[in-house]
Amino acid sequence: MIVPIDGRLARNGLPAAGNARTLVIACGALAHEITALKRLNGWSHLDLACLPAIWHNHPERIVPGVEEAVRHHRTAYDTVLVAYGDCGTGGKLAQTCATLGVEMIAAPHCYAFYEGADRFAAHPEEIAAFYLTDFLARQFDAFVWRPLGLDRCPELVQSYFGNYEKLVYLAQTRDRALNARARDCATRLGLTYERRLTGYGDLPAFLAPRD
Amino acid sequence: MAEEDDDLILADLSDDELVPQMGDDLYDGLKDEVAEGVNILLERGWTPYRILTEALVSGMTVVGNDFRDGILFVPEVLQAANAMKAGMAILKPLLAETGAPRMGKMVIGTVKGDIHDIGKNLVAMMMEGAGFDVIDLGINTDVDEYLGALEKEQPDILGMSALLTTTMPYMKIVIDTMAEKGIRDDYIVLVGGAPLNEEFGRAIGADAYCRDAAVAVETAKAFVARKHNRMTAG
Repeated sequence: MIVPIDGRLARNGLPAAGNARTLVIACGALAHEITALKRLNGWSHLDLACLPAIWHNHPERIVPGVEEAVRHHRTAYDTVLVAYGDCGTGGKLAQTCATLGVEMIAAPHCYAFYEGADRFAAHPEEIAAFYLTDFLARQFDAFVWRPLGLDRCPELVQSYFGNYEKLVYLAQTRDRALNARARDCATRLGLTYERRLTGYGDLPAFLAPRD
Repeated sequence: MAEEDDDLILADLSDDELVPQMGDDLYDGLKDEVAEGVNILLERGWTPYRILTEALVSGMTVVGNDFRDGILFVPEVLQAANAMKAGMAILKPLLAETGAPRMGKMVIGTVKGDIHDIGKNLVAMMMEGAGFDVIDLGINTDVDEYLGALEKEQPDILGMSALLTTTMPYMKIVIDTMAEKGIRDDYIVLVGGAPLNEEFGRAIGADAYCRDAAVAVETAKAFVARKHNRMTAG
């Protein structure tokens, strides 16, 4: 499977190929990681459809988008999975998935399931951390800097990030260039920097074939 | 046009021209110009309350409406808010001295575990603009801090804000604790924040969910008026 460039994943997502028993409907920000897991594990049972990653900034679009995708695809697959956390939907996505009878990852957001939801929940003192993943480190300007208007009004950085203390880069892969990029993001936001190698966290267990 | 604007001398404008110009400056987030306009109107003998309502709040209401309608976005609202803050900083000490009408009192804070305060700050500012005394508890506010402030300040309204799905349930802990202590009905409880909705507000026992700062002000005014009417009738 060829994964489109990030910009296309952000705007358009990724259509399903229609060649497996299980479909995972995912945020476009997870496309590279899920494709890597498929390749690494030889998971032929799994097909991937992604919704636009930029919905990360528009949580109100996630629930209707996921619902439409599930209804559109469900007859063509034995199983449909939803690879989203709550992602700012205020519990609505979990309610919708329960109503539709499809399983989603039990986590508030991808930061939590990449680190491992239990592990993430075990440091509630980390409330002043701003998180990036591999995707968000690559797409920092498109997903953070420009949407917050910091390209036009950099002085607003204090209004947005004044209460944050550190940027934590939850790294899915070992990538020196991304590490440098994430460190630069922290500098631009005026935050201290920490890199935490998480790998794929809870994602493989969620996507693995089940008997 | 830009050159004309650059050449504009606010002090040369009549009141009828200056007030809409201040609205435009507020909309464009020009805090120095807004502060200058406030000072000019004070020099001309306007009361602080009149400047607040006719020049600042009315301008910020346009900003709020355009944000609601998708014409303005958060960065522009923040710039406008900073401009309004500059004007408020001049007026605030004068408002108390000049006996401006007071609408009521609000204690507000972002709930425990949450550091996001942009929405909360906008609500606090607009509530002050509408004539409420606002006690801002800041971020990461736990139930003891809320209850302590209620006891000390005796406000009409408790406002709670949360941006995270993981922190919004804390509002229920605060409301339940108020109920346990038998003080829930002594206060109007308003809640807000991006992941909330009316259904959530009802489910946790709040009086109302407010989707933005303008709605918060209108809701607060309506509830306070109702409370005063009840007290008068009782």
